[in-house]
Amino acid sequence: MQRIGVFVCWCGSNIAATVDVERVAQVMKNEPGVVFSTDYQYMCSEAGQAIIRNAIAEHKLTGIVVCSCSPRMHEATFRKTAQRAGLNPYMVEIANIREQCSWIHKDKEEGTEKAIVLARAALAKVMLNAPLIAGQSSVTKRALVIGGGIAGIQSALDIADAGYEVDIVEKEPTIGGKMSKLDKTFPTLDCSACILTPKMVDAAQNEKITLYTYSEVEEVKGFVGNFNVKIRRKARYVKEDVCTGCGACMQKCPSKKGLNEFNLGLNKRTAIYIPFAQAIPNVAVIDATQCIKIKNNKCGLCDTVCAAKAIDYNQQDEFIEREYGAIVMATGFNPIKLDKFNEYSYAECPDVITSLELERIMNAAGPTGGKLVKMSNGEHPHDITFIQCVGSRDISGRGKCYCSKICCMYTAKHAMLIRDKYPDVNVHVFYIDVRTPGKNFDEFYRRAVEEYSVDYIKGQVGKVYPEGDHLVVQGVDMLANEQIIHKTDMVVLATAIEPDPTARKIASMLTASIDTNDFITEAHPKLRPVESPTAGIFLSGVCQGPKDIPETVAQAGAAAVKVLGLLSKDKLVTNPCVSQSNELLCNGCSMCQNVCPYGAIGYEDKLINDHGIRETRRVAVVNEALCQGCGACTVTCPSGAMDLKGFTNKQIMAEVDAICK
Amino acid sequence: MQEIEKTLRSRCAELINNGTCDKVIAWDRGEFFYDNSPATFACADCAQKLVYDCFCGANLSKYLIQYAKEGKTAVLLKPCDTYSFNQLLTEHRISRENIYVIGVGCDGMVDIDKIRAMGIKGITAVKEDGEDLVVSTLYGEKTVKKADCLLEKCVSCKSKKHYVFDELIPEADGEDVKENGRFDMVEKLEAMTAEERFEFWQEQLSKCIRCNACRNACPACTCRKCVFDNPHSGVASKANADSFEEKMFHIVRAFHVAGRCTDCGECSRVCPQNIPLHLLNRKFIKEINEFYGEYQAGETADQRGPLVNYTTEDAEPTAVSDRGDN
Repeated sequence: MQRIGVFVCWCGSNIAATVDVERVAQVMKNEPGVVFSTDYQYMCSEAGQAIIRNAIAEHKLTGIVVCSCSPRMHEATFRKTAQRAGLNPYMVEIANIREQCSWIHKDKEEGTEKAIVLARAALAKVMLNAPLIAGQSSVTKRALVIGGGIAGIQSALDIADAGYEVDIVEKEPTIGGKMSKLDKTFPTLDCSACILTPKMVDAAQNEKITLYTYSEVEEVKGFVGNFNVKIRRKARYVKEDVCTGCGACMQKCPSKKGLNEFNLGLNKRTAIYIPFAQAIPNVAVIDATQCIKIKNNKCGLCDTVCAAKAIDYNQQDEFIEREYGAIVMATGFNPIKLDKFNEYSYAECPDVITSLELERIMNAAGPTGGKLVKMSNGEHPHDITFIQCVGSRDISGRGKCYCSKICCMYTAKHAMLIRDKYPDVNVHVFYIDVRTPGKNFDEFYRRAVEEYSVDYIKGQVGKVYPEGDHLVVQGVDMLANEQIIHKTDMVVLATAIEPDPTARKIASMLTASIDTNDFITEAHPKLRPVESPTAGIFLSGVCQGPKDIPETVAQAGAAAVKVLGLLSKDKLVTNPCVSQSNELLCNGCSMCQNVCPYGAIGYEDKLINDHGIRETRRVAVVNEALCQGCGACTVTCPSGAMDLKGFTNKQIMAEVDAICK
Repeated sequence: MQEIEKTLRSRCAELINNGTCDKVIAWDRGEFFYDNSPATFACADCAQKLVYDCFCGANLSKYLIQYAKEGKTAVLLKPCDTYSFNQLLTEHRISRENIYVIGVGCDGMVDIDKIRAMGIKGITAVKEDGEDLVVSTLYGEKTVKKADCLLEKCVSCKSKKHYVFDELIPEADGEDVKENGRFDMVEKLEAMTAEERFEFWQEQLSKCIRCNACRNACPACTCRKCVFDNPHSGVASKANADSFEEKMFHIVRAFHVAGRCTDCGECSRVCPQNIPLHLLNRKFIKEINEFYGEYQAGETADQRGPLVNYTTEDAEPTAVSDRGDN
């Protein structure tokens, strides 16, 4: 016979203002099975926990119901409390009368009524709880970082510095990411390459770091401490360990029509190429769609000139499988496609460019050698217009509803750099708001306006169209309340950024959740910002939300610390709420095996004694070390042979019945 | 069909004699000429008694679970039955190597109730004559169009092609039926208001006498112990708290077979109360097709149903609410 104690928390006025907590405690006192019921201001405080501990001892409680906040907040707290009082921690049930009740109700009567119903449901469940014992699992002391931009590089460096092995998987032929494409960085205007390339070299030379460039994560199995990851190493057609990066192949390659990805397609490159001079690894790669040898079995010049004999036209994709204890997602971002924004004439006019394209044009290693010219005719521009929030803060549904965060600052940077280098060029910026929170950020923006006389116009642009050699920008000056028709030479669009499209696929593989904008969801927006809700998955950089370089580096370090906290443990406590199969009921249909995201279910031919009938049957067997207790199998099994400890079908039904009573 | 029956009898006898199988699961004459029933024939002589005519609607695949455990069993499968066979293979309920599949040709099975509904009384026999049926009655002979008397599942036949077989009788196989209109009635139900639809099902499902025929005939209902028979499941023998709870059986059953139901139509065929149970399953099939792309359970034995599979292209959970169903 269960002896249950009920503890109703006020959460200060968080619950007590909308729920008559005393009445809830009073009503629960009269429920069958309840031997003790009380309420208290802060049940999670030491004094509150003491009330629980004393009641467990005094009333010989076999289980407790705590009516308080979400179990995600304090279930662990109250389980510990129960354990300290000698009660099995899994004999604790939480009725969430805060998030699911007081916070969403206004009427106290209704709130109280619902709180009582939720408490009754928790009581019905705890009556069927059984003590559970947690097991242990091992930790593979190696981390995987997905994405080799500044976020991934920083996380990997920090993890490696602490002495742990770490692998970086990067889908491009080189690490470096978006930062390697930038010219200068705000607010200090130091050269991006000068601060990034040493880090890239560090990553390559660190003996604890293994780089898998031109590679993609193909499959992820397992769970925290024990992930099994399959990595596809795409065929480079160049032996990575043999190529010296001399570049002779690039000079001879006759196929010169491939778009140079590193320069965002602003110029062409050869079929065999090294993305840029500081690429890591400094190894060539062949674009199979452009290579004459691979397409038509002619040419073969690169092979002839390669002194190292590194070319291998028959190379195939390779797969490697590795175990990891923790995974850092650092999949980064891309500017959005502008096909829904025809009003800016981006597709038609070569002189309408994105900000990232401007970075390449301004860069000494870029397509114009750092000379600011119009892409249409190579002439020097005399007037440049920047348009901010292209696709950001967009509620029309064409762009993104969020602020991309970095555009105000980089636009100020661009404006200032242009005015500094070419004082003859007039610079105008159309903006909705200028947002410059951050250390030395507002000062930076003011310098652009005050010292460099950049013409900031509050208002949006309705149309950009070509007229002769020029462009015409039609916009509104909201402060002067007048329409502006402005003749300019170049238009630069501060394009919204969005998570890299691979993030969605990888998040699915990792069972990490994503929000409506495809940013990876953090475990708690304030208190756990670098962890995903899935244990062992950590977030670094823009995959979690728009951020600039210093923030990215800070988050990358924070993610690394979380990884180290995990890898430094020898054993992890496993969740005892795992599935079990009733062999007498199991049909052997394999549906549970199909839906299990952790590969925790296998099948065996077993001799079964079913009430005297002895026969060999194919039955499901759960590997408790792999099972994460998600419950997918229990809802899939048509005969109810699968059941989840701590959340049995019976317990769930009892809860439902208690609510519907 | 008489030709086929003759060939089947001699071929089955031959298969037993040459040791290919030790028994055949086929149809036997029932109490009346129109209720041919599944039966096992374990000797060459017995095989001469098997029946194959326009009243062999029963899907024999499910019987293999129980009768093909040992030895080698031959089974007669109509095209539509082969989907169920494959689905049972997928779910490891039968093993392919123990079974010899004879695919039998079929041009539609007849529903005796449809002939009766034409006002024809005292029926003593029905013979096929090309596209017609010659109905012998106590009051003389009548001729009706066979197409007007087909079982519901045959009216919307989805294939004349066998999806699994070791041999075919007759040798030439048919083809898939592309336009079978099997979702027409589902669409009509979808077009109703929620109240109208509730009323429709209230009326239909209230006729249920819980004889379990649908469950027992269904080739997807193969649990060793059905949750409705398991006192520990919490749903067995539950008293109906309200008039809707009696419908729960059919709704839960439809959920349990969702993604696995091959739309063989046995549930409605065997229902003594003529409840159109297949419509529940077809609604699920239609939804699955819409959300996950065309899927036919049992088309092959190694496919993974969309409800027990995950791809990154899967419909989002909000797909239903986005559609704005009533």
